[in-house]
Amino acid sequence: ATCPRRWRPPCASRSSGSASASPCPTRRSRWAQRLSDSRRPGAVVAPGTPRRAQAAPGPRLGCPRPRGDTDSRAAGPLALARDLLAEGGEPFFVLNSDVICEFPFAALARFHRQHGGEGSIVVTRVEEPAKYGVVVSEPDSGRICRFVEKPRVFVSNKINAGLYIFSPGILQRIQLRPTSIEKEIFPAMAQDGQLYAMELQGFWMDIGQPKDFLTGMCMYLQALRAQHPEKLHSGPGVVGNVLVDPSAKIGANCVIGPNVTIGAGVVVEDGVRIKRCTVLQGARIRSHSWLESCIVGWSCSVGQWVRMENVTVLGEDVIVNDELYLNGANVLPHKSIAESVPEPRIIM
Amino acid sequence: MPLKAVILIGGPQKGTRFRPLSFEVPKPLFPVAGVPMVQHHIEACAKVPGLKEILLMGFYQPHEALSRFLAAAQQEFKIPIRYLQEYAALGTAGGIYHFRDQILAGGADAFFVLNADVCSEFPLQEMLDFRQQHGDTDSFVILGTTANRTQALNYGCIVANADTQEVQHYVEKPSTFVSEIINCGIYLFTPAIFQHIGQVFQRNQQELALCPYLGEESSNGWQRAEVIRLEQDVFTALAGSGKLYVYKTDGFWSQIKSAGSAIYASRLYLNQYSQSHPERLAQNKPGGPIIRGNVYIHPTASVDSTAVLGPNVSIGEGVTVGAGVRIRESIILHGASLHDHTCVLNTIVGWDSTIGRWARVEGTPSDPNPNDPYAKIDSETLFRDGRLTPSITILGCSVTIPAEVVILNSIVLPHKELSRSYKNQIIL
Repeated sequence: ATCPRRWRPPCASRSSGSASASPCPTRRSRWAQRLSDSRRPGAVVAPGTPRRAQAAPGPRLGCPRPRGDTDSRAAGPLALARDLLAEGGEPFFVLNSDVICEFPFAALARFHRQHGGEGSIVVTRVEEPAKYGVVVSEPDSGRICRFVEKPRVFVSNKINAGLYIFSPGILQRIQLRPTSIEKEIFPAMAQDGQLYAMELQGFWMDIGQPKDFLTGMCMYLQALRAQHPEKLHSGPGVVGNVLVDPSAKIGANCVIGPNVTIGAGVVVEDGVRIKRCTVLQGARIRSHSWLESCIVGWSCSVGQWVRMENVTVLGEDVIVNDELYLNGANVLPHKSIAESVPEPRIIM
Repeated sequence: MPLKAVILIGGPQKGTRFRPLSFEVPKPLFPVAGVPMVQHHIEACAKVPGLKEILLMGFYQPHEALSRFLAAAQQEFKIPIRYLQEYAALGTAGGIYHFRDQILAGGADAFFVLNADVCSEFPLQEMLDFRQQHGDTDSFVILGTTANRTQALNYGCIVANADTQEVQHYVEKPSTFVSEIINCGIYLFTPAIFQHIGQVFQRNQQELALCPYLGEESSNGWQRAEVIRLEQDVFTALAGSGKLYVYKTDGFWSQIKSAGSAIYASRLYLNQYSQSHPERLAQNKPGGPIIRGNVYIHPTASVDSTAVLGPNVSIGEGVTVGAGVRIRESIILHGASLHDHTCVLNTIVGWDSTIGRWARVEGTPSDPNPNDPYAKIDSETLFRDGRLTPSITILGCSVTIPAEVVILNSIVLPHKELSRSYKNQIIL
């Protein structure tokens, strides 16, 4: 619960893995659904498993620490769960919770079986590899030769996307102590020729920060438009890609979208304009308000004629009084906002 | 006892702090609480028994809007109203001295002088009664009010005898504290005032004759002998002479220097309407908009029933207010159009301006400190430490604001068509 610091305001009361980009009714993560859909037998386990996810039926789920966290200790907990993971000898998935893509689990499992190595990681192309640690692999087989942290000259444009599948053999490499899977385990596996890279098709976004979360949401909805357009909302006042939970209520004369997700039980009153926002379960947006690029936390209440923009993030159960202007406000849970926030800041 | 009233309306070189609104109409005609600023003065004068004529005095060129207003006001208040144009800016006393024959014509025993840029209850009858009570009917009376110690320095300060209210000392905008009693810019004079102004005129002439080039060097426009200021030149000399008295009022009073103070003055007058003109205050009624507090809506305005207005809102002639619009602490001038779901707070929306739907136009009020009963509105400087001071937002005439943007603490000059959001800017 202490890990996603960059996500503090909305997640101070919840785990970041549950701030769903899609308003999934059970609030299991997207990939949880995706996994149960794909009926893969493999178990997905990681340290710091949220209670909610453990309770989910079928494959076991979990969230390692966020990608890119400098003190990542993702591998140690895998050792903790050694018995569970080794059970049955089947490969298992390990996922970072703060990335979004189309989660090609079936393809990844197939790829893993084909090469027969100990581990497979999903890689994605980036425009500016110098910002990241890149993966250098053989073009045909995908076998990883080495990892280069922030390369000064071009060696590769593929980076670790934070999605893995491992055979139980990997557990031999992990000791029961804080261990970075990326920095300590992967280089050794690559050296042994046991690690393969599968290139991701479609979009990928690190959604570790609210700004990026919104970008990732837009990408996700665009992908949904291509693959499951029937899941998207349509009708008068709906613009572009909009996902609305069936239990949400939207009033008259609203204009919603593009790029909006509205969670379960949300009430949007009359004459509201929302674009590029995630509105989480149980929130209420009162009439004539205008929202752009915001994350509205669970059970929030946003007053009438409120304007919120520029990555305003409301934690759980925040109340925003009528007629206020919030520009880039980062509001911690259970706060009541009675004054405008004209410049970006954190409301403790 | 025949009485007259002179209202000093200044001229186009004055009222600069009221720009860009004073580009379109002379500041005295700017609507405050739904009617031209100076109409409040005229109404107050017209109520005084025996007041025969109202003279507006200033250095505006003959002006169509002004003539039309005067004709309408004469009709409405059934009193002669004339405009006397000074040939140049003659100062607060120079003008009345120049037109003294016009003022005294018809045998006026006394006359009021009112500055146009104040808002007040105008306790004119009380000033007459006060003069009667203290016994000296030849004396002059200044309307005074109490300010706090710091703000008093921005006004004319009056020291008076606590029992008789005789003015012992008068100083305009002192640099150190003199008195909490300040000059409201509303006076009651007898014709004898012209002797005192005349003395200043003579002295000015002599001084100019002695050093004729001095005036050119200082070039502040004060070089003419005819340019005389009531406050510095006349009251300062009269203080302590037993001729000048102050009548202190506890009623509302404010200067109207900046556009921000027009919103504050509107609030004061709208409050007064519940007593003086309840018919001017909008009421909640079926099919009408939701009214919170005091709101003036011109009969020709079209306001959607889902709009929420008030407190302190004045809606001008022919204004259109769309569905779900919110307006608070604002003045909407004639012909403006506010589209659905707009939110307008602490703003003056200029004539024929348009605000697109879901746009937010907001300013920062410059109200006096509400916890200090004697606080006055600060005539704020436009810039402080090189930054634009947050103030009310002003849209000049025929400004177009697109849908869904935010305009915050900005001044938009006339005829601008904006295409994005603006904050803390003057948009030229």
